[in-house]
Amino acid sequence: MSETKNILLVGVGGQGIILASKVLSKGLVDAGFDVKMSEVHGMAQRGGSVTTQVRYGEKVYSPIIGKGQADILVAFEKMEAMRWIEYLKPNGKLVINNYSIPSVPVLTGQVKYPENIIEELKEKVDTTVIDAANAARELGNIRTQNIIMLGALVKALNITEVNWEEAIRETVKEKYIDINLKAFNRGMELV
Amino acid sequence: MKRLLTGNEAVARGAYEAGVTVASAYPGTPSTEILENIAKYKEIYSEWAPNEKVALEVAIGASIAGARAIAAMKHVGVNVAADPLFTFAYTGVNGGCILVTADDPGMHSSQNEQDNRYYAKSAKLVMLEPSDSQEAKDFVKLGYEISEMFDVPILLRLTTRICHSKTLVELEERQEVEIKEYNKNIAKYVATPANGRILHVKLEEKLKKLEEYSNNTPINKVEFNDKSIGIITSGVAYQYAKEVFGDNASYLKLGMTFPLPKQKIREFAEQVDKLYVIEELEPYLETEIKAMGIDVIGKELIPNIGELNPDIIREALLGEKKEIIEMNSEKIVSRPPTMCAGCPHRGLFYVLSKKKNVVITGDIGCYTLGSAPPLETMDTCICMGASVSAGHGFSKAFEVNGKEAKVFGVIGDSTFFHSGITGLIDIVYNKGNAATIILDNRITGMTGHQENPGTGYTLMGEVTEQIDLVKICEAIGVKHIEVINPLDLEETEKAIDKAINTDEPVVIITKWPCVLKKSPKEEIEEYGLDQRKICTVESDKCKQCKLCLKVGCPAISFEEGIGAIIDDTMCVGCDVCLQVCPFNAIVKVGE
Repeated sequence: MSETKNILLVGVGGQGIILASKVLSKGLVDAGFDVKMSEVHGMAQRGGSVTTQVRYGEKVYSPIIGKGQADILVAFEKMEAMRWIEYLKPNGKLVINNYSIPSVPVLTGQVKYPENIIEELKEKVDTTVIDAANAARELGNIRTQNIIMLGALVKALNITEVNWEEAIRETVKEKYIDINLKAFNRGMELV
Repeated sequence: MKRLLTGNEAVARGAYEAGVTVASAYPGTPSTEILENIAKYKEIYSEWAPNEKVALEVAIGASIAGARAIAAMKHVGVNVAADPLFTFAYTGVNGGCILVTADDPGMHSSQNEQDNRYYAKSAKLVMLEPSDSQEAKDFVKLGYEISEMFDVPILLRLTTRICHSKTLVELEERQEVEIKEYNKNIAKYVATPANGRILHVKLEEKLKKLEEYSNNTPINKVEFNDKSIGIITSGVAYQYAKEVFGDNASYLKLGMTFPLPKQKIREFAEQVDKLYVIEELEPYLETEIKAMGIDVIGKELIPNIGELNPDIIREALLGEKKEIIEMNSEKIVSRPPTMCAGCPHRGLFYVLSKKKNVVITGDIGCYTLGSAPPLETMDTCICMGASVSAGHGFSKAFEVNGKEAKVFGVIGDSTFFHSGITGLIDIVYNKGNAATIILDNRITGMTGHQENPGTGYTLMGEVTEQIDLVKICEAIGVKHIEVINPLDLEETEKAIDKAINTDEPVVIITKWPCVLKKSPKEEIEEYGLDQRKICTVESDKCKQCKLCLKVGCPAISFEEGIGAIIDDTMCVGCDVCLQVCPFNAIVKVGE
């Protein structure tokens, strides 16, 4: 493969986006790709907008991409999908978690959380909706949403060259390996 | 073995491989993880210093003693360390020494976006600028060679994008470097005017030789492709330029940007038709190259504000714009950073927000978020430590000009040790009446939980003496000192009111551990953290007055017709909302 692929993961602090990106990057490196991963997180420890960009291919230069360049946008939270949709290629894929986390201006009643997000996005772009929260609850740990989303990403982008089980085993804490392997497979099934 | 490392991890690895034995820093985004990673190598003594000036001075001392040493800080930290830095360039080193400056174009978490390349020119320091993690590691190792070869300190400039991006790095073994012999040398290491005058001449001679080195070093690298466009660039801007132009342009990629390789630049310029300088933030290279009489295009097309990216270059130089999916952006609600649910700063700021005729001078830390809605309890925020001293200035200006308002300077524990302490000395010495509130959350919060002199632990995990804030304030001469629990609104309000009605220097210490902190067992017991019960709303008692929303807790939301709702996954039972509710509708779960 010569073309560089661009992946953008977005969501809210605390959702495990950085860990999911680490698994993703580790898998891609082990499969022999040149990989660059960039984290962007604002000042808040929690509750702020968090994004990571992962680029892979034969040779990658810039660690970041601009608008209209992501092959896939994986949104862990609905409104964040809207915020970052400009970064997706017009013919790219959106994988969106049907899950909302209100921000402080919403909580304090200054503004309303936007409605019909998924409907609007579906009109404009190839969209796959994942109910990762329920799937994670069924698995017994709400915090596995991130690896479910990762599984969905891998399936949607059809990345076949990577040993994902090994990447998960080497990245997550030992006692969470089994549940995360299940979560990954569940995510694959949901696409 | 190749591994994905951030630039910060790569710098730490470079220090390890280069045989460094002493490292000191003050935490600050995006530089913090450099020392956190160095601390994992047992061969290196590593520490958090109370501020950047101290960190650099520790590295200078270690270097003169003969050891390879490193100091790391964010860009604004170099301002704090600038005093010793300029003189260190004169004295030179014994063991090699590197100062890392992590600049923050785009101000992801900073109060300005200064370009610290100018420090190299101004202080006359060799500057290296890596463009990815591999170079970050390599340049650290090369930096020690240059430092010892030419007897100069090195400024290694990273930017947020380099610090926090992971790229592949080839790991190598550590090279043990024996401590160099130390010989007392007053003429070299004692910077009196008489010695300094001689040292300055020597430094200028070294810089001439370093320019020769710069012309010949392979880290200043020419890549010839299509010669119709030539690009001179450095740092991460090189990667962006390659992304956009690929093989359709020729490059002069500068890894050493002070002294500049003027001969190499001239030769490169002569061989290409059209010359661009692509650099992030200021026209540092451009100005120097233009001063050589070479015509280049740079900042007339590429902005000097904000973080650079391939898009900006593509649009500015090629006029190309990517097609994008458009959305109704008005629908998207902002997601500003906020004090966490259970943050011990919330109670204090809530009390302060209700006080009339007070001025709050703020500082750099989580508590800067006290300026955000709904609390909006802050009038200024300049730099670390300025809350106390600017507060003093504010109160003096009012006093002299016959105006009345009580001034409160709010500052964190780590920040107080950093540079608040001198401001407090100023208040006492000069008979000020500004009150100082030290928000002691038992850790350095904003940068992600680094130990500090008040926490009782070192960076290397050793138990150490806890510096006692009360005793320090007493020693400075403050007579009115109160230690309060900021989650107790009544106690907090009493302390604030007392301060408002006092005309002598006051210190209020709000002591409660950061809600995200992994407290040691003793702390959990001391504060009864494991006994806490979360809160809930009895909706039949909720009169929908929305007063609880005024505390700005992310765990509390409101639904018309139902009233306030507390998210049980976020609430930690700090009880601030419970104390605020006038109808006792907020209760403890299970009580």
